[in-house]
Amino acid sequence: MTPSPLVEISGLCKWYDDFSALHDINLRVAEGEKVVICGPSGSGKSTLIRCINQLEAHQLGTIRVAGQEVRPGMKGIEAIRREVGMVFQGFNLFPHKTVLDNLTLGPIRNRGMDRSAARKLAMDYLAKVRIAEQADKYPPQLSGGQQQRVAIARALCMQPRMMLFDEPTSALDPEMIAGVLDVMEGLARDGMTMIVVTHEMGFARRVADRVVFMDEGEIVETAPPEQFFNAPRTDRAKLFLGQLLAH
Amino acid sequence: MTRRAPPPLPRRRLTVLDMALFGLVAAAVVFVAWRVNSVLVYNWDWSRVLGFVARVDDDTGQWVSNLLLQGLFTTIRLAFWGTILAAIIGLVMGYWRTCDTLALRIISRAYVELIRNIPPLVFIFIFYFFISSQLFPALGLDSIDRDSPWVDNVFFRFAFGEPALFTNFLSGLICLALFEAAYITEIVRAGIQSIDRGQWEAGRAIGLSRGNLLRDIIFPQAVRKILPPLAGQFITLIKDSAIISLISVQELTFLATEVAATTGKTFETWILVAGMYFAICYLFAFVFARLERRAGRARR
Ligand SMILES: Nc1ncnc2c1ncn2[C@@H]1O[C@H](COP(=O)(O)OP(=O)(O)O)[C@@H](O)[C@H]1O
Ligand SMILES: [Mg+2]
Repeated sequence: MTPSPLVEISGLCKWYDDFSALHDINLRVAEGEKVVICGPSGSGKSTLIRCINQLEAHQLGTIRVAGQEVRPGMKGIEAIRREVGMVFQGFNLFPHKTVLDNLTLGPIRNRGMDRSAARKLAMDYLAKVRIAEQADKYPPQLSGGQQQRVAIARALCMQPRMMLFDEPTSALDPEMIAGVLDVMEGLARDGMTMIVVTHEMGFARRVADRVVFMDEGEIVETAPPEQFFNAPRTDRAKLFLGQLLAH
Repeated sequence: MTRRAPPPLPRRRLTVLDMALFGLVAAAVVFVAWRVNSVLVYNWDWSRVLGFVARVDDDTGQWVSNLLLQGLFTTIRLAFWGTILAAIIGLVMGYWRTCDTLALRIISRAYVELIRNIPPLVFIFIFYFFISSQLFPALGLDSIDRDSPWVDNVFFRFAFGEPALFTNFLSGLICLALFEAAYITEIVRAGIQSIDRGQWEAGRAIGLSRGNLLRDIIFPQAVRKILPPLAGQFITLIKDSAIISLISVQELTFLATEVAATTGKTFETWILVAGMYFAICYLFAFVFARLERRAGRARR
């Protein structure tokens, strides 16, 4: 028997009012696996990964994280969220707190860590994303790329078992993208389980074990990156990749 | 290479138009003063009114505060406690306006609509009756022992004034705070709703409980945003405290009415009182503006 996957999604359906945003999603992500999700805008990529940590509530189907079922409105969702780090397209750092306080808040409040231990942990992660010298600044003082690296460090500070990334480089100026992708690749090398929504094909080729292609709320195709990018099976994927390369 | 210093900006100057406008205002003031002097034949006499600010005590020979100064102190106490109480109620109700529990949303909405659609005076008459005839007896507040050391001490007098007038003061305070808090509720609600959704999401994603999320992330940012309208509402509270005179709370306006009636010096009394209100409100606005600048600087 294979070990049970870290994330197990089956029969997931999600509606916004009567608009079907996700339809019958089945996805298993094993410990240590890296999955890249791509697809046209509005295809439900964000909605899917936001259901995993219940930033969005689903109506049908089951989601299990580390064996525990995640239900809308459940008690103790905080215990699951601390195992699932998340990085947003728009960084979403807390602008009224210093970089260091952004990082220590979660460990102190959720993990009950004492202040000095949390600071030490935070400084380690800031060093890891190569931004330790900015610890006492406020997020609005940093560039977009720096902010996104802080956001990654903030998520890592919870010492999660897996990370979700929702288009982490889409809001960045081109010269900032490489720095963020570098950090993410380092994380992948360290064995982190990752689900990454991105259109960075180079990153997907280097890092992903699988590419999941979504369209109109469904998973249309799943394949290893080389196969997906070189020889997509479905017409919808071909069309999408054609548009992506045209840019 | 060192760079050049920036050239000086042109100084702002008074133009002919500015002068003309000032002249117009000055003419209006002179005209009113002339009317008062020659047409009304008003006899200015500040000494009697000033005697009601402070007087020399006959027994001890020392200066003591008289009615107007006592009224001013009561108004300041009302402003101080009223601001605190209204801020607390407004914060709680403002949060309820935005929270997920339907019952709390309905309660806070009903509260706001009720108060916003009744004239303040009518509300205060109704509520004063309810508080003083129902609530205080139920709480046993109408029968507190005025001579007990808990009440009859210097700190209590400093904070709340005469123990004998305490229940009267308290009912006025509660009326005022409840009334103003409805407006603060709406300011707080707008502040909370102005915080980007991403802030809530980021907080939830790192596993913060709802309470921590509000305390650490949402409220601190919301409060900074609403500081200017909040200051305005607090100043309105100070000015509105004059309404409380109608339920016989012995604050500045109530006592000024008595002084004006006793002395017959209407202009002097009310001009002096206006000056006192202006001083409190202006000082408050000044302090708040500094606070705001401090809060703004912390973000840079
Ligand atoms: N809060 C919401 N309310 C209503 N519709 C939404 C909401 N969030 C997303 N949607 C809709 O659901 C669909 C999927 O959105 P999303 O998951 O953000 O797509 P993607 O991330 O792939 O661009 C879109 O059509 C979007 O308009
Ligand atoms: Mg998206």
